[in-house]
Amino acid sequence: MSWQRRHLLTVEELTLAELEQIHATAAAFKRTLSRNMRKVPALRGKTIVNLFLEPSTRTRMAFEMAAKRLSADVISLDGASSSATKGETLRDTAENIQALQADMIVIRHAAAGSPLYLSRFLDIPVINAGDGAHEHPTQGLLDTFTMKEHLGSLRGRKVVILGDILFSRVARSNIHALTKLGADVTLVGPSTLVPAWFTHLGVKVSHDLRGALADAEVVLLLRIQHERQAAGHFPSLGEYTGMFGLNKTRASWLNPKAIIMHPGPINRGVEIDSELADGERSVILEQVTNGIAVRMAVLYLCAGGQPEQVSPVA
Amino acid sequence: MPALWIQNARVIDPASRRDAPGDLFIDQGRLVAPLSAAARKRARRIDGRGLVACPGLVDVHVHFREPGQTHKETIATGSRAAAAGGFTSVVCMPNTSPVADNSGTIQLMKDVIARDAVVRVHPTGCITVGMKGQTLAPIGSLKRAGVVAITDDGECVQSNDLMRRAVEYARMFSLPVMDHCQDYSMTQGAVMNEGVVSTRLGLRGWPHAAEDIIVARNIILAEQTGAHIHLQHISSRYSVDHIRRAKARGVRVTAEATPHHLALTEEALAGYDTHFKMNPPLRTEADRQALIAGLRDGTLDIIATDHAPHTDYEKDKEFDYAPNGILGLETALPVCLDVLVRQARFKLSRVIDLMTRRPAAIVALPAGTLAEGAAADVCLFDPDEVWRYDAKAGQSKSSNSPWSGRELRGRVRTTIVGGKVVFADGRITA
Repeated sequence: MSWQRRHLLTVEELTLAELEQIHATAAAFKRTLSRNMRKVPALRGKTIVNLFLEPSTRTRMAFEMAAKRLSADVISLDGASSSATKGETLRDTAENIQALQADMIVIRHAAAGSPLYLSRFLDIPVINAGDGAHEHPTQGLLDTFTMKEHLGSLRGRKVVILGDILFSRVARSNIHALTKLGADVTLVGPSTLVPAWFTHLGVKVSHDLRGALADAEVVLLLRIQHERQAAGHFPSLGEYTGMFGLNKTRASWLNPKAIIMHPGPINRGVEIDSELADGERSVILEQVTNGIAVRMAVLYLCAGGQPEQVSPVA
Repeated sequence: MPALWIQNARVIDPASRRDAPGDLFIDQGRLVAPLSAAARKRARRIDGRGLVACPGLVDVHVHFREPGQTHKETIATGSRAAAAGGFTSVVCMPNTSPVADNSGTIQLMKDVIARDAVVRVHPTGCITVGMKGQTLAPIGSLKRAGVVAITDDGECVQSNDLMRRAVEYARMFSLPVMDHCQDYSMTQGAVMNEGVVSTRLGLRGWPHAAEDIIVARNIILAEQTGAHIHLQHISSRYSVDHIRRAKARGVRVTAEATPHHLALTEEALAGYDTHFKMNPPLRTEADRQALIAGLRDGTLDIIATDHAPHTDYEKDKEFDYAPNGILGLETALPVCLDVLVRQARFKLSRVIDLMTRRPAAIVALPAGTLAEGAAADVCLFDPDEVWRYDAKAGQSKSSNSPWSGRELRGRVRTTIVGGKVVFADGRITA
């Protein structure tokens, strides 16, 4: 099956087949990462603009790295250096980037729906690198890619997403990816940050950490954005850690082979014990490396490349 | 001005319970008894066959943006949009630049209205100085300057004590106090209804409770003071329920619903289209049904458009950053015919009542009637004409309507203000 999609705006809109194609293509690119000659010529001559209107380290670097591995030219703009500070609208900024002959635009924006908005009037592909509390599709794709590397098929696998779900775009992209892949997903956290509305997305909601972690095979931790929106939704970071922080005792409730994930940045000692973050079950840095391969796949496919064949998962 | 003779229309006048085929006669700007045979020969005839003739529509909630935001709308363009929509009397909200919190600004508006308006335009004044919710505006002077109500629409008076003093004070002048019901502590950064859809879209939710709490507050204050509080653009089913119970006790509250809250739900926001962004936000199907039920049993008194023009470039933004509000005047009648008459099976005369006599009564305007001797404000419309609405081709200066490009059924053909034809067959004739 060929790849038809020009933009990557959400995981929600992807079919299961498309999701599997991205993963298969990412797996092929991942193999190139360990070669001596790590660059592939797939996007030679193409220019990719990373328009990051909200702070980001990991995602922006991973997108730059991915583009460079594909031999594309990359220009990265952040909020402070863009014309947004001079009052230019997003539409005008984006149309200027297109007029400057960019071949693709990767956008990170604080306002949900901004990538969809750009895709309506731009002729070039738009890749969502995180839009408000909506989606962070490449993160959801790389997280599920990492889970599959460890667990194989995710069908029926018990996955817990723990933390600030309400304000998390990472949570939403993972929810859509995991439900499409057939996983059994439970969201856990304080009731103010994990409202029951989420059950309409096909997942369970729980505030009982022990019950939820029991025999889970994956726990995906999310950062508590206490300095931002989440302020006022719970009493204090100390109380959060006391009620929901992942420590050794709580980790022992997990399935013995369970992996611990976190999209970063980590607040050590808040949502996770420092020791656990560095422990043998932690795949946090693997996620970061996989982020390059998955983003290579996304850039390559949306630029018109064709996917690797999906091999049936054992 | 020649006499007018509207022939063979279906004449609907809820004030006199009239709904029958017939003629209307207008002379010297007033509705009159059937003209003599000699006078009929000289009268200008308007063929009413297939049309409904009803009192000119009345809207107690429009934003005409003048003074100060005339890039969006002016009294000239707004009143033309009103005429095109069959409205002959409209009530302007005071959130202009500067806000209408003093008699000088009201006088300025009245001068512009006298010069530019093609329908009857009535100003409101602010409840508080600068619409800041801190000290009472000079409500007595505003009344003397000619406002028909006071409101901080767009803002909601948060202090319960100040609101209490405002309604107590305004009562002395028989001025209704209109309130946009929103507890700001619950809606920080909110851009749409809080619920399943906001959860999916990652947008900040505006919980119905933020409306319900202020509705309940206003009911309590109206009950305590005996003052009339008018609750603007109700959107929540729980608010409808509060109002229903208050009215059963005889509390002096009235309430309005907008055509868009009657026709649309939060599901329309799936594509982050800013033409569906308004305040209060579109809510759920259950809320929409409750608004219709509220209009049916009289819990909600009237339809008001909240006509809120914004330029293309203001609306063409990230959803979070776009301003709230949509146009309403040129689509209100067909949208209400569709939702209330064709879908919810209201009698046509009932819908006309909700858009004429009843809103006029809330702000004590001598409008909304076809009684002999009344000012000849008349709307003639074809209830069945199907047409495509193009907001860019409309009379408003702005085009921010979710119905632009859509087919609508029911079209205003002629609008008459004080015996003068101001709109006919798609054109302003004033």
